[in-house]
Amino acid sequence: MRRWLIALVVLLLGRLRRRPRVPGEARIVPPGAPERGAENLLLLLFGCAAVCGAAFPVVYAIDSIPHQTQFLGLALGLALAFIAAACVVIAKRLVVTEELEEDYSLTARPEEEEALLELVEESGDRFTRRRLLLVAGAGAGTALGAALLTPAASFGPVLDVASLYRTPWRRGVRLVDEAGNPFRADDVEEDTFYTAFPEHADRDRMGAPVVVVRLKPAALRLPGGRRSWAPKGIVAYSKICTHAGCAIALYRKPTFPQVQPRPALICPCHYSTFDPADGGSVLFGPAGRDLPQLPLEIDAMGELRAGGNFSGPVGPSWWGVRNHGARS
Amino acid sequence: MRRAALLLLVLGMLVVPTAGAAPPSPGVTHVSVPPGTPAVEWGAQLFGANCVTCHGPDGRGIFTPVQGSGGTIGLGPSLQGVGAQAADFYLRTGYMPLQDPDAQPRRSRVLFSQRELQALIAYVASLQPGPPVPAPHPELGNLAEGLQLFTEHCAGCHQVSAAGGYVTNAVAPRLNDATPVQIAEAARIGPYLMPRFSEKQISNAQLDSIVRYVVYAGHPDDRGGWALGHVGPVPEGLVTWFIGVAVLVATCLVIGRRLRA
Repeated sequence: MRRWLIALVVLLLGRLRRRPRVPGEARIVPPGAPERGAENLLLLLFGCAAVCGAAFPVVYAIDSIPHQTQFLGLALGLALAFIAAACVVIAKRLVVTEELEEDYSLTARPEEEEALLELVEESGDRFTRRRLLLVAGAGAGTALGAALLTPAASFGPVLDVASLYRTPWRRGVRLVDEAGNPFRADDVEEDTFYTAFPEHADRDRMGAPVVVVRLKPAALRLPGGRRSWAPKGIVAYSKICTHAGCAIALYRKPTFPQVQPRPALICPCHYSTFDPADGGSVLFGPAGRDLPQLPLEIDAMGELRAGGNFSGPVGPSWWGVRNHGARS
Repeated sequence: MRRAALLLLVLGMLVVPTAGAAPPSPGVTHVSVPPGTPAVEWGAQLFGANCVTCHGPDGRGIFTPVQGSGGTIGLGPSLQGVGAQAADFYLRTGYMPLQDPDAQPRRSRVLFSQRELQALIAYVASLQPGPPVPAPHPELGNLAEGLQLFTEHCAGCHQVSAAGGYVTNAVAPRLNDATPVQIAEAARIGPYLMPRFSEKQISNAQLDSIVRYVVYAGHPDDRGGWALGHVGPVPEGLVTWFIGVAVLVATCLVIGRRLRA
């Protein structure tokens, strides 16, 4: 394998070898003095671009980095900026430039083609370390390409979808509010909504936050098998929209139900609207599946606890989720 | 002369159909009472003249559509126990009286006089014991806490800048026009589709902070400079594009000029 790689590199570099120059042959482009300083600068710029491009997958992989998104943007932006600067250096300091005006006849002249080739050849005359520069440029381009492809890893697990069902919720986990106080079932009121988290768990996890509302028990139309999930009419759903993963931050409730729309949980991003009385079914909007419901129980202290895990996978939908549906 | 008469006739034909299609007189019926009449008594008469079609006798509500006077369909919630708080909010914002019971109440011109308002509010409050008009003290609130609480409870619909927004089937109004008392009332009542926040969920002290933030959000201190309407990332992104394009053009000029020399 290694020998094959070495052979490939040698072949590539060999192909790029220059045509041997015949001494005394007349030049078209005036010769330019080699500029070691500019070449060194070019090498430095390509090196920096490669480092920045390579930093992108590294930052992407290490989740503990604070302000990760900003660093990702910085890495990609700097890589592009260094490559742009390298191009400017090549154009301004290394390629021999000359502006000529000449009438060009349309009749084909083979000797002009020759001359054009020679022109291109001789314009690169000032480069003294061609191969090194080519390798540096290729390295920068490869690093940038890797940086651009890295985010594809965020498309989610293709085969192992079990991780989507892992949430901090299981039977007996107490619901707490933002300040860590438990929810007393009798204090949960109708016509408003609450955000709850699992006690002693990481709140930043996708499956952690739930939205809690209380409805009249008579108004509930929960699917079969969920009869006991809403003690005293209190229901809990994942706060993460099943469309694009925004937080369900809107709750509407009618003041006068005779003429006004029924209670609904709404996502502010694309207005997916879910019916809390009907197991989180989609009333409106782009969401393709129901909001996962969390079964609730009231313990001996009168406080809300989870009765198990969600009715389905939490978070935005994609093909892996749709195919696997709800886990009973 | 004949031409003028013809013109009048044509104009009349144009005017009459539009007048005929207009909804029953928008506006309110004023009731004159002898001086010295108790406010509750006057309020009862105003209620009978303006509100009873939808809210029913004694404000008990009408829950199945009833054909009222002038073709108005009567249908509305009970007002027993809503107290002065809700009456003060709905009347002083111009939300009530509402022309169409199916429509969302919107802020509009208040057609009752100050004294009529006081009489109506006193009457609604007398129907059943209910919450009084709140007295918020935004000057005692904490602006930073207000922003945090507003973001948590209100910004989903009203936007963090309190500029208003949308919910499915309704509009979340902008809050710049609301007085501190109206902001406090709305949080406690939950008008139309808005959730209702009790003192258990948002204490009076926290509500003071929220009111302070909403009042501040009407005239924010834009340290960053150009506010761009406080409507979020779209205009900000556009400005960035304009700046970015200018920088790119400048870069092209810098690179290009030397080549020509």
